[in-house]
Amino acid sequence: MATVIFTTNVQRHVACPQAQAPGRTVREVLDNVFADIPQARGYVLDDQSALRKHMTIFIDGQMIRDRARLADAVSEASTIHVLQALSGG
Amino acid sequence: MSDKFLVSTRKGLFTVSRKAGNWEITGVDFLGDNVTLTLTDPRDGRHYAALDHGHFGVKLHRSTGNGWEEIAVPVYPPKPEGYEENDMWGRPINWSTARIWALAAGGADEPGVIWCGTLPGGLFRSRDRGQSWEMMRSLWDHPKRKQWMGGGADLPGIHSICVDPRNSKRVWIGVSTGGIWFTDDAGASWNLRGKGMRAEYAPPEQTHDPIAQDVHCLVQCPAATHRMWVQHHNGVFVSSDEAGTFTEITGVEPSTFGFAVVVHPREPDTAWFVPEIKDEKRIPREGKLVVTRTRDGGKRFDVLSKGLPQKHAYDVVYRHALALDEAGERLAFGSTTGGVWVSEDQGDSWACVTHTLPPVYAVRFVPAQ
Repeated sequence: MATVIFTTNVQRHVACPQAQAPGRTVREVLDNVFADIPQARGYVLDDQSALRKHMTIFIDGQMIRDRARLADAVSEASTIHVLQALSGG
Repeated sequence: MSDKFLVSTRKGLFTVSRKAGNWEITGVDFLGDNVTLTLTDPRDGRHYAALDHGHFGVKLHRSTGNGWEEIAVPVYPPKPEGYEENDMWGRPINWSTARIWALAAGGADEPGVIWCGTLPGGLFRSRDRGQSWEMMRSLWDHPKRKQWMGGGADLPGIHSICVDPRNSKRVWIGVSTGGIWFTDDAGASWNLRGKGMRAEYAPPEQTHDPIAQDVHCLVQCPAATHRMWVQHHNGVFVSSDEAGTFTEITGVEPSTFGFAVVVHPREPDTAWFVPEIKDEKRIPREGKLVVTRTRDGGKRFDVLSKGLPQKHAYDVVYRHALALDEAGERLAFGSTTGGVWVSEDQGDSWACVTHTLPPVYAVRFVPAQ
């Protein structure tokens, strides 16, 4: 199962503990994670289930390419980091 | 009369209360977070707060007995596969809540109903105090909705919602830009209103087109619902037929440009505005912060300045940042430069509560229980 680690910055608003979940794509893994913490879904994904504008996801250190469908492939041993840019005042 | 109001700011929600005749900050919630708007439901006293967490999206919180809890936020329906819709610059419009721009309680006969207006133009209704939301597809799917455009924001949005206190099936909304829309069947169908409004800056073909109007704020007198006031991008307009037609108010000093308007709850001819130099500058004229008030339906205006800064004041008051209490006696407003003022005599005189808050987005009185 892939390991999912959320940015610490989101933890102030909603608890997103490190999780392990099955899935062949980022979408499948995140759907499984959010099934357990549904309140966190809207912090990472927009209404169309695309990655929010200033959020980003890395799979084993590589930024994903498909921000809309989250179709990037994930392996059993992958580590997925869900991060955001910090900007503005 | 109300002894308390809520101030939504870029960095938190501040409660201001009247203590021994003075107004002071008595509470802070969501410190550090961007609070854009609140609603206090007069039917049950619950508070609702809209937050914009930027990267993490827009959220809604509702007060509990001793704090707040996050509740559901309006969610746009899935965009049909292959469907394309672009904004005025040709960029795809994302069907996703970009801002909560209006919150209104439903009628007295429908406890739990809350209306919510958003960017990019979706109107939502909750029947369970924000636990869940339904989109008004009748409005979103209206072919003319695609003519709405960004005004102050890049995307069009619904900023004003007026529920008829006599019949909660009748609702008016104000859109920037997109004019005024009305339903008399609880949202099953919608019609464009607002003849007589004028957009001086628009091409001649659109100057008087009701859908081209940039309504900044729409309010309705609760005791005389035929009377509606509009602070428009182009000036001040008043209606005596439930927003069917409007008359432009001209020749008002120092200006008719602004964002906010409030109307007295029982006196339809009495309304307040915060004027600024029109849109190319958007600052008080000559650095003097004033409120204007009419008591005769717009024939004459009082310029109210007692207690307000009259030198080097560059405060801008956004559309939700001017408030009137339910008695029609007390006013409060907050500015982009963090000033908050309150009046206990319908604006004749003002007291500064603070001038050091973060930028103020909204001010709302808490109705006396």
